[in-house]
Amino acid sequence: MTDWIRACATDDIDPEDLIRFDHGDRTFAIYHAPDGRFYATAGRCTHENVHLCDGLVMGHLIECPKHNGQFDYRTGEAKRAPVCVNLQCFPVKVEGDDVFIGL
Amino acid sequence: MNTLAQAPAIPRDYSLTGPSSRQAIEIGLASAEWYHTEIPRKVMKDLMQRRDGPALRDTILWVLGHVLMAWGGIYFWGTWACVPFWIAYGVLYGSACDSRWHECGHGTAFKTGWMNDIVYQIASFQVMRNPVAWRWSHARHHTDTYIVGRDPEIAFMRPPAVVKLILAFVGIEGAYSSLKVLVRQATGTLSPDELDYIPESERGKAIFAARVHIAIYAATIAAALAWQSFIPLMLIGLPRLYGCWHMVMTGLLQHGGLADNVIDHRLNSRTVYMNPISRFIYWNMNYHIEHHMFPMVPYHALPRLHELVKADYPPPSPSIWAAYVEMIRAVRCQLDDPEYYVRRDLPPTAKPYRDEFHNVFLSR
Repeated sequence: MTDWIRACATDDIDPEDLIRFDHGDRTFAIYHAPDGRFYATAGRCTHENVHLCDGLVMGHLIECPKHNGQFDYRTGEAKRAPVCVNLQCFPVKVEGDDVFIGL
Repeated sequence: MNTLAQAPAIPRDYSLTGPSSRQAIEIGLASAEWYHTEIPRKVMKDLMQRRDGPALRDTILWVLGHVLMAWGGIYFWGTWACVPFWIAYGVLYGSACDSRWHECGHGTAFKTGWMNDIVYQIASFQVMRNPVAWRWSHARHHTDTYIVGRDPEIAFMRPPAVVKLILAFVGIEGAYSSLKVLVRQATGTLSPDELDYIPESERGKAIFAARVHIAIYAATIAAALAWQSFIPLMLIGLPRLYGCWHMVMTGLLQHGGLADNVIDHRLNSRTVYMNPISRFIYWNMNYHIEHHMFPMVPYHALPRLHELVKADYPPPSPSIWAAYVEMIRAVRCQLDDPEYYVRRDLPPTAKPYRDEFHNVFLSR
């Protein structure tokens, strides 16, 4: 059964940007896509130990701030070397002004 | 960080599979969390924005420069008048290729992906680097910058091999060893170091790329023989020798004489103020601390980034000359004492002043 955890308010993230969300000993990245939708992935790049929260969101891509590898944050698909392993994605729902991540 | 200071003394082993590599992993120097200067998110996002304009302009100039200088070199071939044309062609080919390879490899030069990819492939060929293998090598360089046993791109090993460093300016050793590597890769063999940093899924691509490069060199030699002319070699291949001096001159300054095995780019990298021509050839990589700390900032935004962070950095070298004076002094000291390095004093405004990064002396 999915456990829905409140991650942030909808206006905590600018459109086409992301923030870091930590829960327990896990860390996530929450995205606000240009089309207004919200998404969530694992927080760290699958290539090296780097958090994606300092990266650049370009459309539906997140670029790792260290090596410029890219993922499609809607699907987690690795799109540009040096990332080869896909990113884990998590379900997201918005209720009122709050963004929830399903764990 | 105390564990770093207590690290046992071992001689430097620059291979990626030897004792230095194991020690770097054990004491937490591998894939470490590096210091970075705090910059407001909105400002950083603005700095990271990609644009096609600056790189398109610079690439058009770069290509036009190739064409015009090659034309002059061929037109005046056999007279002294051809010399300046070949000197200029050599620098555009054999030096500017390095920064184009570098920036397009990061994917930051252009906004449009395929533009980065095309220039990356051309520049990789010019600089005699396998475009696949070196993408991974450079990723490791950014993960573990000048961590001995982890970074495959340490140009300045200790004790310094002075003759080899001087010969690098005419490219003989560099081009010869690069060709040897390409030939080996073209035969389907990857070294233990390459196997360490190239993922399995990419190894076939690396071998294919090496074969393409070798095939082009073979065709160039065949053309020179068929036409009984040296010109094909002056156009393709040889500029990596006679034109690489600017690449070496600027490249050695990036980390030369500075600390290794630290996890703060302000201590192991050098920012140098340079003239506009060198900055065009080098695509602003003279802002090297800034580039390493924020590798997703495109080259055209580095001067702006520099203005924002310079209070947190050591003072930049005021010129290429001043940087060489500092580096050569360090090299002379390292010949007697390989443990010597230029110790950077961070400015009082460094925020925060991080003793754990700055004052730890890595005993060996």
